[in-house]
Amino acid sequence: MESRVSAVVISEQDSVATATRNIKAGEKITVKVGDKETELLIKNDIKFLHKFALKNIKRGEKVLKYGMVIGEATKDIFPGEHVHTQNMRSLRS
Amino acid sequence: MMNIIVRRRLTKIRGYRRPDGRVGFRNHVLLLPTVACSSSVTQKICGSVPGTVTLPIDSGCGLLAQDIKLFADTVVNLAGNPNVGAILVVGLGCEAITAEQAAARIEKFGRPVRYLDIQKAGGTLKAVEQGINLAQRLVKEAATLKPEPASVADLVVGLKCGGSCPASGLTANTALGVAVYKIVDEGGSAIIGEVVECIGAEKAMAQKAASGSVGKEILQTVKRFEDHVRMYGADLSTGEPNQGNREAGLTTLEEKSLGCMRKIGSRPIVAVVGYGQIPTVKGPILMDSPSYDAPSITGMVAGGCQIIVFTTGLGTPFGIAIVPVIKVISNTPAYERMKDNTDINAGTILEGKETIAEVGERIYRMILEVASGRKPKAEELGENLCQVWRRTVVL
Repeated sequence: MESRVSAVVISEQDSVATATRNIKAGEKITVKVGDKETELLIKNDIKFLHKFALKNIKRGEKVLKYGMVIGEATKDIFPGEHVHTQNMRSLRS
Repeated sequence: MMNIIVRRRLTKIRGYRRPDGRVGFRNHVLLLPTVACSSSVTQKICGSVPGTVTLPIDSGCGLLAQDIKLFADTVVNLAGNPNVGAILVVGLGCEAITAEQAAARIEKFGRPVRYLDIQKAGGTLKAVEQGINLAQRLVKEAATLKPEPASVADLVVGLKCGGSCPASGLTANTALGVAVYKIVDEGGSAIIGEVVECIGAEKAMAQKAASGSVGKEILQTVKRFEDHVRMYGADLSTGEPNQGNREAGLTTLEEKSLGCMRKIGSRPIVAVVGYGQIPTVKGPILMDSPSYDAPSITGMVAGGCQIIVFTTGLGTPFGIAIVPVIKVISNTPAYERMKDNTDINAGTILEGKETIAEVGERIYRMILEVASGRKPKAEELGENLCQVWRRTVVL
């Protein structure tokens, strides 16, 4: 059964959303950020519980989830793109 | 047009107001062993006297001075938990803190206390016989106490996660944070432990702390834990998220740890307390404690938590006799498998059936219902684990 929501965004400041189902590249989905619903074109296949960008994140820019910094972008990331170890790293060394 | 005001039906909570000002939501007669050697005697007494509970203490001897102090302080504070109405301390006679010494310290909580030693009583059978007598009288004494109206401000809720799944941060922990936010805003307290799980989130927690000095304490507590573990050649700052977690979508240590710390909600931490210590302020509190379920929750119970909320991705039977433990599971397949042990399914968030706020509200309601006497699964099943943390070695 397909779920009614495709992704969850915890805080309005977040730059990433977490997928609550497997999403295919090219799908247009609706994401609820706070009270606002926005449409977004998904660029890569996003597996269940993986993240994708909600906005442009420049290389070196902090990535926000839970309204908090979870790491920084190692490449320019575009909306709808998969955000994971290939384009983001921990700030803790 | 008529305005219809929908008033939320508030659960009235009632509790046992203790002489030290704290409020209990159960009124247990606790048979407390001061050493592993006397725990079989407390179990025998417990089996013969309805209305009593005991804790399976597994330590109390063969410890270095630092751990003797930690053990003694913790068992005394366990007896002082507000859910306990009367205490019978049972010792062997030669342990690190004897029953007499423990009872003398427990008296400060202002509740009926008796004690006995197996060696002084003259062996197991005589000790059990004396213990049954004392316990029966304590049950009668405790029964004279009646619950009085209490409020959310009297609550101290312990927060724990174990057997997490990659959805835990998103579902169960964040929803629990919503419930904790409400409790704290109504004047109540919440204690979070699991210092290991703070690694990677400690800077964010410190920056948000109620004061600079609390922030500094958070950083120091985490560093001390890391340094201690490094003595044994292990490094806690690498290796997480592990491969399984990375495949499941967790990218960085910060993300994993912040997901764990979601439980404490979004209000600043107001204090850091030592293991098993009773906080003197109200609000969100960090306890210097391990992540392993039994010693972590034992510390929170000693710290005065009257209710524990335990989030899990896999499910667990964990319970402790003097404090009800509510289980919140983070995904529906695990809920279906582990219904016997689980009270709330937060996996509905992933299915879009409920929002985080709605699950948070359900957790909040259940905390109030449990305070009012409803038994969560672990309490219904009589689950009972207890383990005082040891920082050094057993001799």
